[in-house]
Amino acid sequence: MSSAFIFHPALILIAGALLLPFLRGTARNGAVLLAPTFALVALWLLPEGKLWQVQWLDYQLAPLAVDKLSRLFATIFLLMAAVGGLFALRQTSRLEVPAAFLYAGSAVGVTLAGDLVTVFLFWEFMAVGSTLVIWSAGTPGAWAASRRYVAVHLAGGVILFAGIAGQIAITGDASFHAMKADSIATWLILIGFLINAGAPPLSAWLPDAYPEASWSGTVFLSAFTTKTAVYVLLRGFPGTEILVWVGIFMIFYGIVYALLENDMRRILAYSIVNQVGFMITGIGIGTEMALNGAAAHAFAHIIYKALLLMSAGAVLAATNRRKCSELGGLFHSMPITTICGTIGALAISSFPLTSGFISKSMVTQAAIDGHLQMVWLFLAAASAGVFLHAGIKFPWFVFFQKDSGLRPADPPASLRWAMIFFAFLCIALGVWPDPLYAMLPYEVNYAPYTAGHVITQLQLLLFSGLAFFVMLDFLKRTPTITLDVDWLWRVAGPEVAKSFRLALAETRAGFGEMIESGKARYCILLARHRRPEGLLMRSWPTGSMALWVMVMLLANLGIYYFG
Amino acid sequence: MSLSAHLPALQVVLPLLSAPLAVLLRHGGLAFAIVTAGAWAAFAAAIGLWLQVGEVGTISYHIGSWAPPWGIEYRVDRLASFILLLVSGTAAIVLPYSRASIEREIPRDLHYLYYAMFGLCLAGLLGITITGDAFNVFVFLEISSLSTYVLIALGRDRRALAASYRYLIMGTIGATFFVIGIGFLYLMTGTLNIVDLGERLRAVQDSRPVLVALAFITVGVSLKLALFPLHQWLPNAYTYAPSAVTAFLAATATKVSIYVLIRFWFSVFGETLIFHKLPLPQLMLGLSLAAMFAASFIAIFQDNLKRMFAYSSVGQIGYITLGLSFDSVHGLTASIVHLFNHGMAKAAIFLLIGGMVVGLAGRGAVSPVLTFDKLAGLAKRMPLTCFGIVLAGLSLIGVPGTAGFVSKWYLIVAALEQGQFWIVGAILLSSLLAVAYVWRFVEVAYFHAAPEGSGKQEAPLGLLIPAWLMVIATTWFGLDTSFTVGSALEAAQQLVRVGK
Repeated sequence: MSSAFIFHPALILIAGALLLPFLRGTARNGAVLLAPTFALVALWLLPEGKLWQVQWLDYQLAPLAVDKLSRLFATIFLLMAAVGGLFALRQTSRLEVPAAFLYAGSAVGVTLAGDLVTVFLFWEFMAVGSTLVIWSAGTPGAWAASRRYVAVHLAGGVILFAGIAGQIAITGDASFHAMKADSIATWLILIGFLINAGAPPLSAWLPDAYPEASWSGTVFLSAFTTKTAVYVLLRGFPGTEILVWVGIFMIFYGIVYALLENDMRRILAYSIVNQVGFMITGIGIGTEMALNGAAAHAFAHIIYKALLLMSAGAVLAATNRRKCSELGGLFHSMPITTICGTIGALAISSFPLTSGFISKSMVTQAAIDGHLQMVWLFLAAASAGVFLHAGIKFPWFVFFQKDSGLRPADPPASLRWAMIFFAFLCIALGVWPDPLYAMLPYEVNYAPYTAGHVITQLQLLLFSGLAFFVMLDFLKRTPTITLDVDWLWRVAGPEVAKSFRLALAETRAGFGEMIESGKARYCILLARHRRPEGLLMRSWPTGSMALWVMVMLLANLGIYYFG
Repeated sequence: MSLSAHLPALQVVLPLLSAPLAVLLRHGGLAFAIVTAGAWAAFAAAIGLWLQVGEVGTISYHIGSWAPPWGIEYRVDRLASFILLLVSGTAAIVLPYSRASIEREIPRDLHYLYYAMFGLCLAGLLGITITGDAFNVFVFLEISSLSTYVLIALGRDRRALAASYRYLIMGTIGATFFVIGIGFLYLMTGTLNIVDLGERLRAVQDSRPVLVALAFITVGVSLKLALFPLHQWLPNAYTYAPSAVTAFLAATATKVSIYVLIRFWFSVFGETLIFHKLPLPQLMLGLSLAAMFAASFIAIFQDNLKRMFAYSSVGQIGYITLGLSFDSVHGLTASIVHLFNHGMAKAAIFLLIGGMVVGLAGRGAVSPVLTFDKLAGLAKRMPLTCFGIVLAGLSLIGVPGTAGFVSKWYLIVAALEQGQFWIVGAILLSSLLAVAYVWRFVEVAYFHAAPEGSGKQEAPLGLLIPAWLMVIATTWFGLDTSFTVGSALEAAQQLVRVGK
């Protein structure tokens, strides 16, 4: 295949995003489904290697580079864009799907980037696209959340850019390969990546912003930003030890806040942090098994987390309620949503025969193989915790529990088919993991279905299930809001800004008077200037400026003489 | 001798002649034709000179065949030819734009004066750049300054007069300082030719009169280039001047002053004195950082669109002087590239704002003052204008793919060469301030509801086309950097080599 016929899958999707606003009706629906499909086909037609090479300034850039790892992530991103597009076909906001495609296309662009500059470029596009997705929900809450969200990501982008610039300047090489966190530059890159992964101390941007998007927007949001961060960490910082502990912190952060939370989609948002924690721990362990596990888990996670959020989105679209305490008993009238949501919940809890089981157990196994007892212990405890907050809590409170009296019907066909397709994938990957294993970056020597694995996992799940129902009274949710670090920018930040603005307004008023009086003096002066005696002008209103000139002159002279 | 041998003289003489002709004709249309022809001819000459410098290296042209250092020499090296291109190119685009723009902003019977002053200002700026004679720099500086005062005062807003007056005072102080400095240099060396000065000064480098000369020249030129905190004349001058004037000045006047500073620092006083014996880099670094943060910060709180971008100019000048303070080829390259890239972006923005004024005023009405409350929902009414401002704004922020990114990149590389990570942080943080003020425009224009009953009011094509040429240039030079970075790098290497 000559290079002239190589299409960049990311650009196909972004071109689709730019085209969509001009289409209506069937043409639009067709484009929504076809753009990601074309991109997926284009991706699989690409050979491996650095396909595009560009000379920019003094550096060699590779905007299109393919290997197994990047193909794996690009595949799941494009699959997600396609099924997400199907799910969002009935979305009335005209901005959301194009924004989501820009977002997804940029995420694909990051995975196919062979150099740091291209990574940064698509990284920033991703921030723009995702912000627009949140914003297109059109509520005041979403508007405010999108502003907080974009502030965090721009700050992250600045840190990342400083790191990338430093790395390129130090090494003279722009290519994106495994790095060691041993210089300021690589540390900055690592921090920039981690901010997007939802790592502490800034994890709060994620559960703050994602649940504010529309019923379909959150589905897109759950897939790309954090998993792109997982991808770049996998490629850039495999085996960096600090990531193990960052990951474990995220796992427990997610569990604790999800257990306290009442908003169903916020529960799932916290559980994203938790799940990404598993992947980051795997990256930190850094053996081939662990990296495979992290990659596989990202793949499986995108599918079941999207499935869970789709079921939550379907509930939201049907009932317009978000809080667990106001929902319940929906299985009567929404059987398909209930079944799909439950399959997603089983998958996230790593039930045997679901996709979560065959991927997460690789990370745990890697901890055992590496003799990391503490890490293993944490991971095992966390698996139980995941079952508690996402596996039981979400479906129990939303679909079963007390009867809330709501009887909404199952959602329309496009939503149903999107959910059914992902539910099918959750089971299919769990039953038949070999195609996924074959796509992983390293060779897989791991059999998930051994008696030991299955029994261990079932024991964990059964006992935590028991614990859930024993403690059900404590877990009943009250309609409250849980505060997090984001209090700093939700409440404290605006207060500081407000007082600052006030102070500024006062000083400005003061200056205003000065300027006014200055102006009056100008007028008098100009009037006098027209008269003959006006030539005797002693006091220039520009005195302050002239004063500055003198200060500068004296400062210059001073430092020349004595400096 | 063929015509091409006289390009250095024609470069200045053509626009200089167009000005008195415009006055004599006393007719807006004819004046327009003559001055525009002069500017285009100057642009053609600048292109010719740029090519010649590429072929034969530095050109030395002896006015009236009097050999330097006795006669006046015009000297075109890579840096001068690059600046000549920027100045004449901007004039060639702004002049055709003026015709439709000043219709609303300047009384018709003054149009011929506008063109005359524009021609003088252009001739002055080109003269400053091309001349190899220190006193000649002062003469051209005065020519361009005096015409600039008039151009600003032509603004219809009464405050334009006050702004122009303020600038006149400050500009005169600056020019006086400059000429005092040159006086000291003449006293010490007995020559005014820049190359000659550079050679002779080496013997008396440490003497006090030379240091005093350096202080006077640095402060005087800093005033003209609006280095923080000597920038106070700039915001009002830019805000109340006619749109076309603002665009031209923003792209050229301060930039040529920076050129003068670079020229005197590197070619006259020499790198050793400036950077190794005196703590001038540290002073420049501090002032540049102050400009980058303070001016960008003030810009965020402005209510007037033009004023906001005027303060942004002061901030962006901080980046240019920051590059100077590094004393390295990369730093100097960053300065020169940013000088060009920022000129493009700001010209684009102010030209588009001029279109906005015309569009909003409608037929025959007085041009409005563009405060933010008048811009609500403007993107619906003027999609092309607003989109152009956003693109140029991205260049101000330094988003990859725009010209602004390239210059910031070199600035960062230069900072890293010095091993100063905190400056990298400062550059990027101050970029966030640019995000804030550009976002203010985006928010108001794109996300606020337009007032009831407002239809499409896109600016006329005669204004949009020149403005969009500039917008395209900012994007173009972000992708293809061979011209800008290539010229700047060559110029920087030349300067550093001579300065050693």
